[in-house]
Amino acid sequence: MQELLVVAVGSAIVNNVVLSQFLGICPFLGVSKKVETAAGMGGAVIFVLTLASLVTSVIYKFILTPLNFDYLQTIVFILVIAALVQFVEMFLKKAMPPLYNSLGVYLPLITTNCAVLGVALNNVQKNYNILTGTVNGLATAIGFTIAIVIMAGIREKIEFNNVPVAFRGSAIVLVTAGLMAIAFFGFSGVI
Amino acid sequence: MNKCVERIYNGVIKENPTFILMLGMCPTLAVTTSAINGVGMGLSTTVVLVMSNMLISMLRNIIPDKVRVPAFIVVVASFVTIVQFMMQGFVPSLYASLGIYIPLIVVNCIILGRAESYASKNPVIPSIFDGIGMGLGFTFGLTCIGIVREILGAGQIFGFQLLPLAEDGGFGYTPITIFVLAPGAFFVLAMLVAIMNIIRARAEKKGKPLPAAQGCLAGDCASCGQGSCSGKQLSNAEAKKDEE
Repeated sequence: MQELLVVAVGSAIVNNVVLSQFLGICPFLGVSKKVETAAGMGGAVIFVLTLASLVTSVIYKFILTPLNFDYLQTIVFILVIAALVQFVEMFLKKAMPPLYNSLGVYLPLITTNCAVLGVALNNVQKNYNILTGTVNGLATAIGFTIAIVIMAGIREKIEFNNVPVAFRGSAIVLVTAGLMAIAFFGFSGVI
Repeated sequence: MNKCVERIYNGVIKENPTFILMLGMCPTLAVTTSAINGVGMGLSTTVVLVMSNMLISMLRNIIPDKVRVPAFIVVVASFVTIVQFMMQGFVPSLYASLGIYIPLIVVNCIILGRAESYASKNPVIPSIFDGIGMGLGFTFGLTCIGIVREILGAGQIFGFQLLPLAEDGGFGYTPITIFVLAPGAFFVLAMLVAIMNIIRARAEKKGKPLPAAQGCLAGDCASCGQGSCSGKQLSNAEAKKDEE
């Protein structure tokens, strides 16, 4: 239990997926204009990342390792993730229309998000078992949501500021991200 | 032959993936803590890019249009796996410092982008040279960013102590350590984007506009070939919602 907690806090806050590992920069910059959309994206990422890390851990443990095919992990993981996202989208559309209406827009955006593949590969590299791997996926996604929602809140305020012409657009967002990364550095003593 | 030289010029200067097109920002931020890491990452991406461009160009008339993206991903992932094992065997120290970002070459925008926009439409030889040009352009970009971060953050260049350190006694440089840490990556990239914005505005004034940025930083990842990356699709989706 304690080990799970350390993994969770570590990946959600200390080694934040966006601010210290630089995975998922694309949605972090692209979908952080409004808090509402950012939260929606965060919800979709939590859903997909948890499911994907569960599925890839199971596949790695019960299919790739017994067959000595673990060198195929990159190929298998990316295809599984792409198929999984498509499948989740179809399932939600059919079975849970309200959830689909709130998350559906964001699901296709996640297919090739490098954070999903990154977490799956991280789980293998760090030898996490299935439970720890899933918790790691969930915590990473929560970390992503924290970062993108805070960023969206700051960007809503930046709209009213007088930003130098050259820094308008993505440059000022990157400066903000750098300042946030410094703030998150403060957590590095936690574990 | 002229076409091949033109492809290399195009990749390194005219449409440089780091400075002009602003593609592949994940590795740009993550591995440029030192110049040598930048070179390593750039060259491994180049190898994957050349090989995948070659194979995809050979298979361009065989792959059905509907399944082309999954097919491209399988080709790229195979070459990435090969490169990963070669690096693990021959340059273990570089492999250790690049870590998880080597398998993540699979999801690099540049590779699928070139497969989609060039290799799947052109013959084999120009595609290979397109891969070499784009790869070298990317290597050049990563190395430049790596050099800037290494000098500011450690006073070194390729591991060689360029500026004498103040802590060694006497007059010297006090490294701004933050530049080799995570926040420094964001600051350096922000400066790069701002400088490119100025250059872009000047070029436009002269009547010779530069090619548009395509990556996540321009809020448009449709050029990644997957057509499913954040910005553009989201704004389409939002427009649809507004109509309803």
